[in-house]
Amino acid sequence: MTQLSVEDLHKRYGDHEVLKGVSLAAESGDVISIIGSSGSGKSTFLRCINFLEQPDAGRISVAGEEICLVPGKDGHLRVADARQLQRLRTRLAMVFQHFNLWAHMTVLENVVEAPIHVLGVSRKEAHERAMAYLDKVGISRFKDSYPAHLSGGQQQRVAIARALAMEPAVLLFDEPTSALDPELVGEVLKVMRGLAEEGRTMVVVTHEMGFAREVSNKVMFLHQGLAEESGAPADVFGQPRSERLRQFLSGNLK
Amino acid sequence: MIEWSLFVDSWPSYAAGLWVTLQLTVLSLGAGLVLAIPLAVGRVSPRRWVALPVWAYTYFFRGTPMLVQLLLMYYGMGQFEWVQAQWADGSHFWLIFREPYGCALVTFALNTAAYTTEILAGALRATPHGEIEAARACGMSRPTMLRRILLPGALRRALPAYSNEVIFMLHGTAIASTVTLVDLTGAARNAYSQFFAPFEAFVFAGLIYLCITFALVGLFRVAERRWLAHLQPRKALRKAA
Amino acid sequence: MGGRRATFTFWPQGGVREGAAAAQPMLHGYLPSLLDGAWVTLRVAVFSLLLALALGLLGASSRLSPHALLRLPATVYTTVVRGIPDLVMMLLIFYGGQVAINAMTDALGLGYVDINPFVAGVVTLGFIFGAYFTETFRGAFMAVPAGQLEAGRAYGMSRWQIFYRILFPQMLRHALPGLGNNWQVMQKSTALVSIIGLSDITWLADQAGRTTHEPFLFYMVVCLFYLAMTALSGLLFGWLERRYSVGVRRAAA
Repeated sequence: MTQLSVEDLHKRYGDHEVLKGVSLAAESGDVISIIGSSGSGKSTFLRCINFLEQPDAGRISVAGEEICLVPGKDGHLRVADARQLQRLRTRLAMVFQHFNLWAHMTVLENVVEAPIHVLGVSRKEAHERAMAYLDKVGISRFKDSYPAHLSGGQQQRVAIARALAMEPAVLLFDEPTSALDPELVGEVLKVMRGLAEEGRTMVVVTHEMGFAREVSNKVMFLHQGLAEESGAPADVFGQPRSERLRQFLSGNLK
Repeated sequence: MIEWSLFVDSWPSYAAGLWVTLQLTVLSLGAGLVLAIPLAVGRVSPRRWVALPVWAYTYFFRGTPMLVQLLLMYYGMGQFEWVQAQWADGSHFWLIFREPYGCALVTFALNTAAYTTEILAGALRATPHGEIEAARACGMSRPTMLRRILLPGALRRALPAYSNEVIFMLHGTAIASTVTLVDLTGAARNAYSQFFAPFEAFVFAGLIYLCITFALVGLFRVAERRWLAHLQPRKALRKAA
Repeated sequence: MGGRRATFTFWPQGGVREGAAAAQPMLHGYLPSLLDGAWVTLRVAVFSLLLALALGLLGASSRLSPHALLRLPATVYTTVVRGIPDLVMMLLIFYGGQVAINAMTDALGLGYVDINPFVAGVVTLGFIFGAYFTETFRGAFMAVPAGQLEAGRAYGMSRWQIFYRILFPQMLRHALPGLGNNWQVMQKSTALVSIIGLSDITWLADQAGRTTHEPFLFYMVVCLFYLAMTALSGLLFGWLERRYSVGVRRAAA
């Protein structure tokens, strides 16, 4: 079934149109990589999906339920029902470039926070769930540490466990390895690869072409706010049709 | 030529004064903090009609001496016939403003609430934007975010500045002696006029204040170690590794 | 004095409005007296600021001295003064100072000398805030990177040149926010001099309030005076900080 569908998404900042009508559909088990140079709008696209940025036009539905949008006073789209948005956001868990862990909470507290206080899961179950996911990302021995005392790679793995604990329909990754030191990228990619193999639905904005080519089953190349090319990784990487994608790949595949 | 009889004769009144000082400090700080939390949330509100009155309140109380505020409350209220009528009616609320103790408590609480509001508002504004985004992204409502993410983080970050405020309030309560209350300073003033031994009278009170100040500093150091662990260098990592 | 009548509209009953109407001839004729008081308060504030700055620089220098004999008294000074209330300190210096001076003049065979409350007020406030300024200056001196002083030595500057041309100007820039903060606290502490009998604005307003039975009105005028003074100081220090932060990026001052 279709877990996430985005149709004809538009977004502008003042006179600059960042997204000029981008669509995406993720079926269960899809791993979709979104690639493109910086400024292509790929992060904005991901952030529009869960309304961290307000899209100006378009339709978004999660697991078959469409987010109700109404035109606001300024002409931009506005979410009609804040509660619906909050509910749908719990189905779309996000992993950020800069981890964005809550600094005053320990690793374990970070992971149980939203299940208890947003989903209303019992404390006991939330803790069991959290420990299982912390185990999965290999960080359970740091459960009582504070985020500031962990390395970037460890923090990002905690952030992934935090996202998993929501048991979401779709995992959104916003350049999850871009803020990491090169030697720490591998541990995070390994965890993500494992999740993909489990059959989780993932949308990943990334600069890691190796990951996009080997792990994902769909690739979308964004250029100047448009999906310039998309398809199976073998096609996109193997037979790029547009000159721009060829240029991009030659610059990024080393 | 130390006037030892001052210590011998006056220590019970110093003890009683200390008790008043401690009451005023603890009660006004408690009430001030309770007031300051919602006010700080209002202070950082994007809605001007919420933020502006809070700003005006803190501006007034932070821009004028607490002594004048106390005099305004204690001597000033009686100017109004309407207030006098309330007193004559025995209105419990308005009678607070006829007693020096009530006036001091209300003034001190309003004063520390103003300073604490600004301290907390600053700490709220310093919340890393990413933490707010993460909270929104996992579907938290505004009240949940405030209760679970913004306030717990801000209260911790405010701790060092708040420890200063607590010590300021301990010292600030000394002006209660100007509206006839016999707090620690009041006891010292009484002892001075009784024995005409200013050094002994005021040094004794000063030493007691000094001891409480040290105790508070120590207390806050422990509190910071406990609640600001997440901002301290990587001690936890070394322990775990 | 525009805010005066607005104050009274909070109170619905008649007597209050009459009070406001009667207050029309410039605060029952107390305006000149209040202005005198304001002038006294301003002078107390400025003179004690100057004294506190001097003591602060002296204190910071000895706090940072390599000699323990110089460090110790300065440490005791800042710890003790910052550990007890201004008012207790003021009463101690005013009454204690009186006794001490009398003892001294007796010993020297001189007549009785009354302590001038203005001098006592300035000395006390200067002494108290000198302790706070000591800490401000100490932090500011330590914030100047040692490498810059080394560079001065490497270019053959004398010790005095290094202090005057490199250390002091940079220290001042780091000290400004703290100085501004302490100055704001200090202005409000000047109200305490009314307790030792100095005819400052608070004391005169108190007298006027008792005579006219309108204490609220007169204390409110005092509040407005202090608000004006602290607001102006805030603007001044904001301007100074902008002016002297050239070449420095400040995350959150």
